[in-house]
Amino acid sequence: MAALGDLAKLVRSKNAGPFWLTIDIMFDDAEAYRRARDAEIVNRAAIARLYHRNPADIIVVDHDTALAIKVSFPRPQSSGSKHDSDVYGGQQYAPLLGLEVPD
Amino acid sequence: MASFPLVSATGMLGSGFRAESLDKAISLGARMIGCDAGSTDPGPGPLATGVCMFSAAAVKRDTEIMMTRARKAGIPLIIGSAGTSGSDAGLAWMVEIVREIAREQDLHFKLAVIHSELSLEVVRRHQRDGRARALPPSAPLSDADIDAATHIVGMMGVEPIQQALTADAQIIVAGRSSDTSIFAALPLLEGYAPAVVWHMAKILECGAAAVAVRTAPDCMMAILHEDSFDVFPLREDYHCTPQSVASHTLYENADPFDLREPSGTLRTRTARYEAISDRAVRVSGSEFFHDPEYTIKLEGVRHVGYSTILMGGVRDPYILAQIDSWLAQLEDSIKTRIGNTVGERAYEIVTRVYGRDGVMGELEPHRRIAGGVGGHEAFILWDVISQSQDLSRTIATSLSHLAVHNPIPKWHGLISGVAFPYSPPEIDRGPVYEFHLNHVLVPDSPTALFRTEYEEL
Repeated sequence: MAALGDLAKLVRSKNAGPFWLTIDIMFDDAEAYRRARDAEIVNRAAIARLYHRNPADIIVVDHDTALAIKVSFPRPQSSGSKHDSDVYGGQQYAPLLGLEVPD
Repeated sequence: MASFPLVSATGMLGSGFRAESLDKAISLGARMIGCDAGSTDPGPGPLATGVCMFSAAAVKRDTEIMMTRARKAGIPLIIGSAGTSGSDAGLAWMVEIVREIAREQDLHFKLAVIHSELSLEVVRRHQRDGRARALPPSAPLSDADIDAATHIVGMMGVEPIQQALTADAQIIVAGRSSDTSIFAALPLLEGYAPAVVWHMAKILECGAAAVAVRTAPDCMMAILHEDSFDVFPLREDYHCTPQSVASHTLYENADPFDLREPSGTLRTRTARYEAISDRAVRVSGSEFFHDPEYTIKLEGVRHVGYSTILMGGVRDPYILAQIDSWLAQLEDSIKTRIGNTVGERAYEIVTRVYGRDGVMGELEPHRRIAGGVGGHEAFILWDVISQSQDLSRTIATSLSHLAVHNPIPKWHGLISGVAFPYSPPEIDRGPVYEFHLNHVLVPDSPTALFRTEYEEL
């Protein structure tokens, strides 16, 4: 077992426009990427549970050339609105770092 | 067909790049310089206020290098999304910097200034005619949305920029533009294939962001061919890899394989990325699908109120252990106090507890698991928002007093439960805004919503 955060070369979150949040989980080598991808631990149900979102609103895409898994969902509040705490959406990836990737 | 080399000066005008990198691009035959100057990333502030996210000094430094190089080489310079938001105020600010540089450097050229700010009446007319569409996750555009907007810009495609190029403008300063249109306008005019051009433009718009390891912002160059393009950085210590270039389609997009433009969609799922040297990558194989309907994306902000903030820290472990009930009690006290002092006036207090869920708010999983503050201290940021600055300040001054002395059952007697770092603890933040439009318009033509002025400098 390895934590997703230990296996990835970069995990980051960012706005995709003012109304969406997107998270990139990127790997250095194809083996680590395939291991995380094939374990299917980053899926709509897992994201919905962690972030308390509706699974129907969540997009999960595997990008084989980029060696990356991408997660996107609508922001609970638009960027910089009165209830928002992260204008750039840059610190919303942390809950994914502890996901366990089986060997 | 011959090839078309072009350069992106940097990912964001004002963030910097090396002058020698741009010189190198020109020596390699770059036929245009493009630079994106805007974003919605910094939130609603720039569109609401017209103030650029970078200083005039930073923007002038980058612009001066681009202008002198472009004029000397006799190639077009295209700056899109001027002043961060592309609003008329942001555009005017940017144009003034361009004029100042032209005077100081004795540069002479035809300038095109393309406006992208829309009047509420224009947006209303499109909405009435059934030519407004909502983007997910938003509801259809309403009269109230339009009436509440303080500024609306339309995000232009390539066509207004192409119009200015055809009119022989040598420097083009555009209001809100799609990041890609800045780099796609001229190559599309020259007849290069849309799929190749749009994919190239998507990689170039962020400058050197698509290199493997970027230590500082810099230029990025591309050479278009008939059915592929090559991309590489100008700094010798930077390099692109197939993975670094492919990864860039992930950046700031909800879906990396479907990239929406006003005229259609770029699909990169079938794209191939191959290393052609230790620093350059060749990209081919994307597809571009023209949409039956040409659409212009709107960005709009509305005024929410006036904010006064208050910040303080808590170190008492007994308060931390019951912070939720302690804050709920404070909310009740302030409600009573405000009722007694200013009567029934609308206000809202947004409370962020750093150490609990201050960073992630309702997305925070620990908020639902742990149910309190885990560490030995917490930082609390109170944001009082109402319809006047005076009222927000009045509420905040009562709030600070009540917060300090807000009791807990453990202690008998008057407590001082909050550490304020500042005196006075309340800070007026002025008017606050929010993005509220996530819609597109179907215009009469791709250029209909945008007005261009020409000026001989």
